[in-house]
Amino acid sequence: MEAFLASLVSIAFHGLAYGMILYAISVGLSVTMGLMGFVNLAHGVFAMAGGYLMITAMTKLGMAWLPALVLACIVVALGSMVLERLLYSRLYTAGELEQVLFTIGLIFVAVAVARLAYGPLPLAAPLPEFMKGQTELLGRSFPSYRVVVIVSSAVLIAVLWIGLERTRWGAMVRAAVDNRAMAQSVGINTVRLFTFTFALGSGLAALGGALGADLIAMTPTYPFEQLVYFLIVVSIGGLGTLRGPFLGALLIGIGDTACKYWVPQFGAFFVYAATMAILLYRPQGLLGKKT
Amino acid sequence: MFEPASIGYSGSARLRPVEALPWVLAVLVYFFAPNYLALGAYVVIIILFALSLDLILGYGGIVTLGHSAYFGFGAYAAGVFAVRVTGDPLLGLAVAAVAAGLLGLATGAVILRTHGLALLMLTLAITSIVFEVANKWTDVTGGADGLHSVPIQPILGLFRFDMFGKTAFLYCLIVLAAGWWLVRTIVHSPFGVSLAGTRENDVRMHAIGAPVYRRRLQAYTISAMLAGIAGGLLTQTTQFVGLSVLGFERSGELLVMLVLGGVRRIYGAFVGPLVFIVAQDYLAKQSPEYWTLGIGVLLIFIVMFARGGLLGLLDRARAKLKGPGR
Repeated sequence: MEAFLASLVSIAFHGLAYGMILYAISVGLSVTMGLMGFVNLAHGVFAMAGGYLMITAMTKLGMAWLPALVLACIVVALGSMVLERLLYSRLYTAGELEQVLFTIGLIFVAVAVARLAYGPLPLAAPLPEFMKGQTELLGRSFPSYRVVVIVSSAVLIAVLWIGLERTRWGAMVRAAVDNRAMAQSVGINTVRLFTFTFALGSGLAALGGALGADLIAMTPTYPFEQLVYFLIVVSIGGLGTLRGPFLGALLIGIGDTACKYWVPQFGAFFVYAATMAILLYRPQGLLGKKT
Repeated sequence: MFEPASIGYSGSARLRPVEALPWVLAVLVYFFAPNYLALGAYVVIIILFALSLDLILGYGGIVTLGHSAYFGFGAYAAGVFAVRVTGDPLLGLAVAAVAAGLLGLATGAVILRTHGLALLMLTLAITSIVFEVANKWTDVTGGADGLHSVPIQPILGLFRFDMFGKTAFLYCLIVLAAGWWLVRTIVHSPFGVSLAGTRENDVRMHAIGAPVYRRRLQAYTISAMLAGIAGGLLTQTTQFVGLSVLGFERSGELLVMLVLGGVRRIYGAFVGPLVFIVAQDYLAKQSPEYWTLGIGVLLIFIVMFARGGLLGLLDRARAKLKGPGR
């Protein structure tokens, strides 16, 4: 019984850490998809870019962990802004197929660039000393790195939710998600709004990628391998919401961890089966609005 | 304005002389380039696979990322059947077709109830589930090792599969011809026209009383069968089936090939895989990184500037040559 309880706590903890990372990466995807209806399969590219940039900043430039993390986020956010203006914005009115193809093309390019720059093997992020040990909590010890991941993600989520619920910018984003034409007609510059939201979402993905670089290892095929998970989180949670992907990320994070712990022979089978069941029951996602 | 059922060289129901070109080319390869028969058979198989995707993606407008599920299911069905029951190729192909068709019917009945992102996700989930099953059910599928030296008997007891791949090439070619004829007939049939209607405007199709869901499901099942046959052919000609027949990468690559050739033109499914696989054969071995980079840039370029793919570019060039007075 004691062992079972310990495994439960362990699963909840590791699942929570994983879910938090998934959420940080996926939330931007949910907002941009909900805002412009753009099927952005290349979202994982930004997460990968964040992770790799942080590693570069730490190993090549000798920066400390936190400044490297911040730098990576800013660079990715700015870079995504350029991409959005140059390429994405041309396809907002295009069909689903074009968007899917374009973003797959983007993934291919990113995979190739990452392989050229960093080689084909997984790259571990160097952790600062204070994250390497264990943290004592309620008579149990947990890996410090994961504690940091959970705490910083929780702070991030709080800031994000307050920002979207309480600020003028947040109100504009919500208005545009609900009814873009109406938002436009009351004088909201949705084009600019979307560029900034896109940059923010990509920056968050970079943060998630960099923060979780020790959980989800950086490999050049990262955007392909993780894509399914990001998409699952967004689609079962519900597009265009903040809480939906959070619920989705926790479900997937904890569910996946539990399955891999208890029934490793089934692999990721349950996650996909659960996704199918949820999407059949509610095609718009658990917390998504009916369209 | 009346939209033709199909674009380009397959634009009318009547066959045109130029449509003999791929078959003439294939026969030329058979006689004059015997070293390329193995690669040729692979190209022919992927053409059939691309053709099956064109039916639902191009004509039916169903954007899927999971078509490899049916290809792989057919491949495994043919492999397992050959190992456990008999190595008769035609029987194996029939098993692959029925198995993939049933899977297509069962999964299509579920996923075609949704639209947009949910549909995309469900197709991804299905191919991932099939992949996981093939990966973990090692007793039957061989797991990560796959099934090696799958037995195969002579076709009809007469034509033995030779080590030069001559029989295999012709066998694949004949099956492709049958599949091509089927798709071409479907596209120009009333069924095909109403399928195109569900793509163009499903609300209006509902309004005129057309069974939208049933049309799409029928097309999806036929497409899955064709994909399964292609998968079965791959197992039989290589006498091997492994996890590489499944998964998202396989679907993505197929999508790239079809779009490269041109969607909704039938012959786009011929040109795309041919160009892609031959180029891959030359370039990917030398520098895989630059090959991936090139594919990515090419995809972005096609989406931005050349929506019709290679055949679309060809059409545009021909229209330019003919002058504006057409």
